[in-house]
Amino acid sequence: MASGSAPVRRGHPVRTEQIILFRCSNQTFAISSASVQEVRSVDSLAGAACEVNESAIGKVRHALRRGERSIYVVNTALHFGMKPSPPALIFLLRKSRVALLIDGIEKMTTMTRLQALPASLCHEERIWYRGLTVLEQNVLPVVSPEGFLTNEELSFLDATTGSQLSADALLDSEMRVAP
Amino acid sequence: MSWNEQTDSRSCVLLRLGERRFALAADQVAELVAPSRIFRFPHRTPEIDGVILRRGRTVPVCDLAEQLTGKRLTSRRFYLIAMRSYGTAKETVALPVSGECELIHADLTPAGPNDSPHVAAWLSHDGEVIEVLNLAALTPGIDPAAEATNREPAREARG
Repeated sequence: MASGSAPVRRGHPVRTEQIILFRCSNQTFAISSASVQEVRSVDSLAGAACEVNESAIGKVRHALRRGERSIYVVNTALHFGMKPSPPALIFLLRKSRVALLIDGIEKMTTMTRLQALPASLCHEERIWYRGLTVLEQNVLPVVSPEGFLTNEELSFLDATTGSQLSADALLDSEMRVAP
Repeated sequence: MSWNEQTDSRSCVLLRLGERRFALAADQVAELVAPSRIFRFPHRTPEIDGVILRRGRTVPVCDLAEQLTGKRLTSRRFYLIAMRSYGTAKETVALPVSGECELIHADLTPAGPNDSPHVAAWLSHDGEVIEVLNLAALTPGIDPAAEATNREPAREARG
């Protein structure tokens, strides 16, 4: 081994970002691990989630109540227009009212470079993705946590499901105090 | 002088899509490369197949054959890597072609008002009249002005 012979590179330190690679309908995506607050099993939805029957936003079928806020569970496969597969995990996103249904986590790794999305990709994908990253000769889209539900969609969901969630919360609290 | 009397002598690259030949101005062509793995991910721009990797950079793949010949290419022998302008910026785009390309020098006749937007000019070569392509009309792209106001800054995580 020619140890110590390699030139020492000086200059700016390489900025890196921790990411989680996750699977959804046989497609691998990356998300910044800083954007994910909690990872849960889908089993935890049972009992804790309220069904959302608003057909205008088909990718949202469940909502979770967190204090005064509703967190909407987005089916990631449907969001990206892919064939849905049985999800196993939920990502609860940090500082967000969105949770994501995903198939599974591949691994956590580090990204050193985020490439801008090519300008020729000019439709919704510009909202969906922060850009592309290359890992081990693979190109992965890096999802934008803000790209899953717009403010308008959140307001719409609040308006259409808010009363239902409030009623559920009230019933839940009544059941808790019942002898 | 009318539009069809003005000619301009330029270097062009002839490319083949199925049975037909087209041309691109040589200064819009970066290189011709062998097909490599296409990385596909969900998106809503139907003209783009996916991206390939060239020297660590992602290059979108745009098959022009369907628009120009009405049929998708069944075999892709090479990718012609072309430069596409977006306002003042330029970006590479990989164009699948079905045969080898040829660099020629020819007199170009500018496109006329009745020509399709994808025709930048015409040239004559080997007894064949060939369309010189206008990439901006054939490949999709963001409006640079709108993008400047909307987009998150293109982040290179590398410091």
